[in-house]
Amino acid sequence: MKYLIPALRFNIFMTLLLGLIYPFMMTGVSQVVFPTQANGDFISRDGIIVGSKLIGQNFEKPEYFWPRPSAISYNPQPSGGSNLGQASDALKKAVDERRAKLKAAHPYTTEEPPQDLLFASASGLDPHISVEAAEYQLQRVALARNIDKAAVQKILQEVTASRQLGILGEKTVNVLVLNLALDKK
Amino acid sequence: MHINDYLQFIIFVVLLIAITPPLGRFMAKVFTGEKTFMHKALGWLENLTYKVSGINPTEDMSWKSYAAAFMVFHLLAIFILMLIQMNQAWLPLNPQNFPNVVWHSAFNTAVSFVTNTNWQGYSGEVTMSNFTQMVGLTVQNFLSAACGIAIAVALTRGIARRQSKAIGNFWVDTTRATIYVLLPICVLFTLFLVGQGVVQTFAPYVEAVTLEGVKQLIPLGPAASQVSIKMLGTNGGGFFNANATHPFENPTALSNFIQMLSIFAIGAALTYMYGSMTGARKHGWVIFGAMLSLFVVFTSISLASEYTVNPVFHQSGIMEGKETRFGVFNSVFFSSITTSASCGAVNAMHSSLSPLSGAVAMVNMMLGEIIFGGVGAGFYGMMLFILMTVFIAGLMVGRTPEYLGKKIEAKEMMMVILAILAPCAAILIGTGISAISPAALSSLANKGPHGFSEILYAYTSAAANNGSAFAGLNANTLFFNLMLAVAMFIGRFAIVIPILAVAGSLAQKKYSPPSSGTFETDTTLFALLLIGVILIVGALTFLPALSLGPIVEHLMMIKGQTF
Repeated sequence: MKYLIPALRFNIFMTLLLGLIYPFMMTGVSQVVFPTQANGDFISRDGIIVGSKLIGQNFEKPEYFWPRPSAISYNPQPSGGSNLGQASDALKKAVDERRAKLKAAHPYTTEEPPQDLLFASASGLDPHISVEAAEYQLQRVALARNIDKAAVQKILQEVTASRQLGILGEKTVNVLVLNLALDKK
Repeated sequence: MHINDYLQFIIFVVLLIAITPPLGRFMAKVFTGEKTFMHKALGWLENLTYKVSGINPTEDMSWKSYAAAFMVFHLLAIFILMLIQMNQAWLPLNPQNFPNVVWHSAFNTAVSFVTNTNWQGYSGEVTMSNFTQMVGLTVQNFLSAACGIAIAVALTRGIARRQSKAIGNFWVDTTRATIYVLLPICVLFTLFLVGQGVVQTFAPYVEAVTLEGVKQLIPLGPAASQVSIKMLGTNGGGFFNANATHPFENPTALSNFIQMLSIFAIGAALTYMYGSMTGARKHGWVIFGAMLSLFVVFTSISLASEYTVNPVFHQSGIMEGKETRFGVFNSVFFSSITTSASCGAVNAMHSSLSPLSGAVAMVNMMLGEIIFGGVGAGFYGMMLFILMTVFIAGLMVGRTPEYLGKKIEAKEMMMVILAILAPCAAILIGTGISAISPAALSSLANKGPHGFSEILYAYTSAAANNGSAFAGLNANTLFFNLMLAVAMFIGRFAIVIPILAVAGSLAQKKYSPPSSGTFETDTTLFALLLIGVILIVGALTFLPALSLGPIVEHLMMIKGQTF
């Protein structure tokens, strides 16, 4: 018991240091050095916040590229995945439905829909799709917008991000950024 | 696997080997009280800590005093953390006006964060105020990690010292681990993370109107300062519910890579520190080598499983529960790292991994998270198996086993066995009770063997102080909050107390110089024997339970059976 008082004082001191001084200091520095990133990288259009560059949002209209399926329907309160196992009936049913829906929306191709459009992301907020998933939707978007497929292709190429440092991770396409670029055109 | 996958694997291993000596050397200096370059900058803070806390830094504690300080400190921290959560509605920095946390969830979370488990029954962005996250959870992220390092250091001293009654000072070790090791790295790490896109703000949540006109309320908070210590301290408790899959917590492939490296950094450095402090450098590298070998083998099994065609979907590398920016390789790689260490952060949903990948994650934890492991915890967990290996080798040749000049006798072995068996018992008994309890079964999300795996994973994660989950399980119930808190408690204290007893007992012993009959511990043979002992103990204990869960699920799945 002789350690109770030191333990209490130690805990209070450490709480001040690690729970208040440290996070406040880090917030202060971050707000100065990386103000955009520290605040969530929000994108505004015509004075309205249309979303964060990092947080995925849902698109269903044919003139927009569609994101990955989300177990939380892109409502970030709270984030999360389906947590269904790879031998789950429920998952198989959901994937079959998504495949049928995608095939119906893309009658001009006999290609199988890419994996990331069939399976839900981990966070439910994945802002990206793969390059294949974007290319799969290209024709549909071009037709719905009544523009040349090559023009859409060009925008897609501009938006596509390669592996970080050339090695890390995967090639990605940010769906919101891509759709905003399309709207601008 | 893609050529890039191999490259990332190799770069990771090379960097891990490269950072181990400098960090290990630095930590050896810090804990033997030598001056380092950090003392000029932060020496005053260390002294201020002792002064304000009324601590006598020159007190050299017996193992019993060390254990008493450890226990008192932990129990008090649990109490304070519960208090903060249960009163957050009346406390400041609560922009979303979250209500007080219900008692059993607050208790579970308090035990979870104080024991370095960071199991989360709650969802951060809809439960915890910024005050609770910072003043409550972030603080315990640091301190639980620092305490783990302290125990590893105390054990190292027990082995290095001769005929000594004491093993160091708990307060000093914890303070030094915090101020010289964790805090400086976290300051840099936090800034890096913010640069990559992790949020760090006190602003309230932002409402966006999407291009299709839907309202989306996007959570914010001081996340980066917590994420850095959550990874470096192998805590693993996410600021947001989706943990390191959340784009605000792990936005890029680079943030992901550095987060993975930071999980192993201190655990790896401790092997070097140990070799340095005991004068057995080569033995330190043998321990590192055994850990690395196990890691490479288990990760390869996990990757092979995930890249095998799934007969239900006729595809390989199923993307369910994975993020596009990480892809299959980085998701599986992260899952192996986070469960080898006691981190428990996830960048993919483990429940949606292939059955054998999920099994590897469980096995990593069941072995006691000794593959680099939790900060400190991985090292002293590995030490249990090292002592056991030395003991078995001694039995084989019929001599009293010796380890680094210390005779290993019945007293130490009893403590070692206790520490190895306690978490195993907590896992198996807890799973057994839950598998026949209606209160537990109503929490399951998946049917069939995967449902059983959810329960087995939960107790494994809790008792191993990991914190990751097969998150379909609704664990925020009275039943699981209490049961898993008990498992976490056992997983921390039923290992630490025996470890300290071993440290105290070894410290008192005389040095007996090695003779021709001494079994050498700095050879490849020893590493192989060590790996053998680890695998045999793990297999004997857990194969039956694993057979009922992921193994049967895998066998049914390859026949195309769904549940």
